[in-house]
Amino acid sequence: MLVVLAGVAGWPLFRTVFFSFTDATLATLDGFQGVGLDNYLWLMRDPVWWRAVWNTLVFTVVSVGIETALGLGIALILNAHLPGRGLLRAAVLIPWAIPTVVSAQMWGWMFHDLYGVVNAILMGLGLIAEPRAWTADPDLALPVVIAVDVWKSTPFMALLILAALQMLPRDLYEAARVDGVHPVRVFVRITLPLIRPALMVAVLFRTLDALRVFDLMYVLTGNSRSTMSMSVYARQYLIDFQDVGYGSAAATVLVLVLAVATVLAVTLGRVRVDAGR
Amino acid sequence: MARRCALLLAGVLTALSALPAAGATVTLACSGLGISFDLCRDGAQEWARRSGNEVRFVSPPKGASEQLALYQQLLAAGSPDIDVFQIDVVWPGILGTYFIDLKDRAGPDTVGRHLPAMIEAATVKGRLVAMPWFADAGVLYARKDLLEAHGRPVPETWEELQDTAALIQRAERAAGRDRMWGYVWQGRAYEGLTVNALEWIASRNGGTIVAPDGAITIDNPQAAAALAMARGWVGSISPPGVLNYMEEEARGVFQSGNAVFMRNWPYAWTLVNAADSAVGGKVAVVPLPKGGPEGRHASTLGGQMLAVSKYSAHADEAADLALYLTGLDEQKRRAIHGASNPTIPALYEDAEVVAANPFFAELAESITNAVNRPAQATGMRYNQVSAEFYANVHEVLTGRRDAKAMLPDLEQALVRVSRGGRW
Repeated sequence: MLVVLAGVAGWPLFRTVFFSFTDATLATLDGFQGVGLDNYLWLMRDPVWWRAVWNTLVFTVVSVGIETALGLGIALILNAHLPGRGLLRAAVLIPWAIPTVVSAQMWGWMFHDLYGVVNAILMGLGLIAEPRAWTADPDLALPVVIAVDVWKSTPFMALLILAALQMLPRDLYEAARVDGVHPVRVFVRITLPLIRPALMVAVLFRTLDALRVFDLMYVLTGNSRSTMSMSVYARQYLIDFQDVGYGSAAATVLVLVLAVATVLAVTLGRVRVDAGR
Repeated sequence: MARRCALLLAGVLTALSALPAAGATVTLACSGLGISFDLCRDGAQEWARRSGNEVRFVSPPKGASEQLALYQQLLAAGSPDIDVFQIDVVWPGILGTYFIDLKDRAGPDTVGRHLPAMIEAATVKGRLVAMPWFADAGVLYARKDLLEAHGRPVPETWEELQDTAALIQRAERAAGRDRMWGYVWQGRAYEGLTVNALEWIASRNGGTIVAPDGAITIDNPQAAAALAMARGWVGSISPPGVLNYMEEEARGVFQSGNAVFMRNWPYAWTLVNAADSAVGGKVAVVPLPKGGPEGRHASTLGGQMLAVSKYSAHADEAADLALYLTGLDEQKRRAIHGASNPTIPALYEDAEVVAANPFFAELAESITNAVNRPAQATGMRYNQVSAEFYANVHEVLTGRRDAKAMLPDLEQALVRVSRGGRW
């Protein structure tokens, strides 16, 4: 098992870290020299990299925040005993089932400045006077990318939270109802603490996913710097510029950021769980 | 690595039957679809017939950056799978070390026939690593009928184009055509924006970003003036959406009759005059305007070349094929049958070629005066230089940055890209 893991995950990771200390290019994968921390120093001095980091963080915080709130709301609605609940649950899952590349391309056409349906609807409603270039305007591009991600990933959140809600012991709610506790108080004092572990896991999953986001930006706006994420930056150096050393350094930093985020989330999550006891 | 490439290739290999021959089998990667592939295939098969060799064809991936990445990996692995590569005019600096020197094989007479700018683009450190195959240059498409109706001449300078475009746009909109725009071009943050912006700057004698000797020259007042001028177009004579246009989006607006002027490559000529075009027969092709009275007509040079891999098992036959396909007779045939733009200036005056393509006479000036992108000086790092350039120019065009303030930063960024001036 360990051997398989080392072969599948360890080796590529090791190669990436190794290349990040060299001046390898796609053309010199066998003939390169070690350059120490050079790539990392250039990376830290590149404003475009810092912009990509900022874009990624904004994307992560905003999209995961909105997805958690919406997901919680949808889960509570699905958890109530509505008629046609099974059908609703299936319908909610559709955006999550479509591959990201496909949905990004789909939204890209809908947001098109000349013949996109979004402009047509908004103009029809009189909300905008003239067609907007959604994916070209630097002020609109990142919000558009975030909106598409929210559309796609909210179902995933909703489903994980719904699973947690359905595990809750019914008698607690019976007792609360008998004691005449206000529903909001019930939610804050009983429901939230009980589904917190599941919620934490869901948020952690989405955060790690969002930090490595690539396909959304790449399909909707290409290499544009107004939306470039860390993954897009690393790919541009690896493929477009054939700079394997530098691109690997960017990829390695991304892995480090992910690792730190995971550790933080797990420890903070635990600490708060302990404090709650 | 080599094995992976071989597998990749096996996926894209389309072996077409050639006549059985006792000679060598030369593998040729020519990109393009439809007519351009047919032109390539017919020429290569004719060569095979005459020389008694065989030709195999490989279809590379469609996107230019995927193509480049595949070629790099193939060549880095020393793969002999492909003998003759079709390469973009900005690739010799990136791939040149893997190609054989064709200078002596071609001979000075043949080399001297081609456009000097094309030969310059194909020459890396004194080695001629590719032969020019067909050329491309930016041209201005103008609506003759609208110019006549409003009594304006074809614009000679950018300032004149601005005034004419604004005047006609206003008049046409007042007459109820409220979707009319003055000027469409390519403003998305991609290679096409590098091409457009280089034309504005070079037309004002503001250089070509990086000089042939590697000096970074972009931070100069002419360049700042050129970019400030273009910034003024967005939203006034050009639609705001132009900042996301590539060639085809611009053509869509022009061909539906909604623009007075368009900057594009020659390929659009056949299409804007096609049966389903709203502007067929109403269009003139002229050189791009000069930047002020002191300026010059500048078009960015585009085009494709053929290069021979140094790992080829039959370098002689491969070089012979490349020289045949890029030769005078074959370029003439391609021009007559496929409107492919020759890299040999003499062909623009050839009676048969001009009879088949009357507008070649208009193109000749743009192609012979074309400017090279700084792909020579920047070598391996050209893509990075271009990306840095178009990203910053895009910031200026969206109004986020002032041209004068941006240029010093761009210069700094290019110093960083060149790792301190060592290209």
